[in-house]
Amino acid sequence: MMKVLVSVKRSVDYNVRIQVKPDGSGVVTEGVKHSMNPFDEIAMEEAVRLKEKGNVTEIIAVTVGGAKNEETLRSALAFGADRAVHVKEEGEIQPLNAAKALAAVFRKEGAQLFIAGKQAIDDDASQTGQMIASLLDLPQATFASKVEIDGNKAIVTREIDAGLETLEIDLPAVITADLRLNEPRYLKLPDIMKAKKKPVDVQSFASLDVTPGAGLKITKTAAPPKRSKGIVVKTVDELVAALKAKGLV
Amino acid sequence: MSKTLVIAEHADGKLSAAISKTVAAASQIGGEVHVAVFAVDGAAVAAQAAQIAGVTKVLTVNNAANNHALAATLAPQVVELAKGYSHVLFPGTTFGKDLAPRVAAKLDVQQISDIMHVHSATSFDRPIYAGNAICTVEAPASQLVIGTVRLASFQAAAGGNSAPVEAASVTASLPTHTRFVSLAAQKSERPELQSANRVVSGGRALASSENFKIIYDLADKLKAGVGASRAAVDSGYVPNDMQVGQTGKIIAPELYIAIGISGAIQHLAGIKDARTIVAINKDSEAPIFEVADFGIVGDLFTLVPELTGKV
Ligand SMILES: Cc1cc2nc3c(=O)[nH]c(=O)nc-3n(C[C@H](O)[C@H](O)[C@H](O)COP(=O)(O)OP(=O)(O)OC[C@H]3O[C@@H](n4cnc5c(N)ncnc54)[C@H](O)[C@@H]3O)c2cc1C
Repeated sequence: MMKVLVSVKRSVDYNVRIQVKPDGSGVVTEGVKHSMNPFDEIAMEEAVRLKEKGNVTEIIAVTVGGAKNEETLRSALAFGADRAVHVKEEGEIQPLNAAKALAAVFRKEGAQLFIAGKQAIDDDASQTGQMIASLLDLPQATFASKVEIDGNKAIVTREIDAGLETLEIDLPAVITADLRLNEPRYLKLPDIMKAKKKPVDVQSFASLDVTPGAGLKITKTAAPPKRSKGIVVKTVDELVAALKAKGLV
Repeated sequence: MSKTLVIAEHADGKLSAAISKTVAAASQIGGEVHVAVFAVDGAAVAAQAAQIAGVTKVLTVNNAANNHALAATLAPQVVELAKGYSHVLFPGTTFGKDLAPRVAAKLDVQQISDIMHVHSATSFDRPIYAGNAICTVEAPASQLVIGTVRLASFQAAAGGNSAPVEAASVTASLPTHTRFVSLAAQKSERPELQSANRVVSGGRALASSENFKIIYDLADKLKAGVGASRAAVDSGYVPNDMQVGQTGKIIAPELYIAIGISGAIQHLAGIKDARTIVAINKDSEAPIFEVADFGIVGDLFTLVPELTGKV
């Protein structure tokens, strides 16, 4: 019996051009397409592949967030999660508070493996997986591009600045998924239909005994300085002359 | 008064160039700046850290378990050493990103990722949504501040210092559940991407690893580092450590030449701080031209060799 927990986050779709609100209070998310964070899709896909290989017996998808996150859980169930847990909390949830809730679910479920995306493409924090591992005193293998389960151990290849690092970690453990771990499948209609009937257990910080800590206060959100459009030259000679004039070559 | 601990990244007895930038950010907070070197024997690395301007003390924590930079092994040591500091800063590299949250969670504080500007000891700017928005965050004044530093946002601190080096003793018990197996690193004589003054990058359009030779040839002529888009890495033309972008390396060279790269937002996130961007692309509508200082429309397989011959 090996249970794997996969965390999934609803975030603004990666194709959306982000607009900052003129009053500096945040970015426009109303009326904007949302999807499952792409790294969480990769995490889900990996869990499904481990189940197909016989390494895993049950996949539980978990999300921490408002009512709208249920659609993300349904996508996870369509991917192949057997059931889902929704830690229903409205408003902004900072990584440490999410990690505390996810760690509590992991403990409650008695799972052996946690797979998270390496970062969410909204706040780009890249913290939650490491924090879960820390709170549970478990091994972590972040930025994974290859995962092999070998009995009570996992052999994980990680994409790091220097190249590819391989670690051996004892289970239970936390792994975070990088881009090249796999290519997530397209969801098929029958699976989407089936997902509608799968069970979702609703929890909250209170039901999990999680006390959210003092957070960081976001005091302002601004658009980055805009790069101005430059010039298009016709020939390589012109380009070389322009670069020489700026002392760049 | 602030007192900041910077966690050193190093390999093979060499301090990472990222640390001079992390120290530069720490110096903007004000007060004392200490650098901690966790190693089997940190003397050589500590001597390099002691030269960085702004460093007031270097601490070495020697332990055979520090042979490889494993987050699970380092975190308990950093947690213990963090006592008595107001800030702990890590470089925004895969080393720092792996380790910092593990420390922050143990100390029960929210972490500030990718600090790009220091307003005060508690107020910082950081990018969100692939750098398409910048938010200012305020950390609770009574708490330790833990952050990673976005390297492209800070100039390396100068050298020439000679800060005192001390051995620190840490008694934390260390786990054995995480073991290093191997590292496959590309050895390259070219400038390192994150500190290179010039970078030449190739995209999907290169179509094979053999064709990437024209990118390397131009780079060598310019003494430039070489980068790539995600598509080029995914297709196996070049190794993963060359990926530039939101989820790869964030760079700030004087000159960036994007060749056969369309300019997806995730790629642009990695080059926003480049001083001058040059784009070579056959599609005049490619988004890369929106941000390029100089663009040239045409076939890279004729334009790039011509450029290499003329610079
Ligand atoms: C979660 C997530 C994270 C991502 N992170 C990153 C990241 O960190 N870095 C990154 O780069 N991408 C990232 N991406 C991928 C990104 O969205 C793009 O898919 C990718 O950058 C495209 O790479 P490309 O520009 O090489 O390829 P394409 O978009 O296919 O562009 C190829 C370009 O080459 C031009 N071309 C073709 N032939 C020639 C020729 N003969 N001469 C001249 N020009 C030619 C074409 O006109 C085109 O503009 C991420 C995506 C997601 C979803």
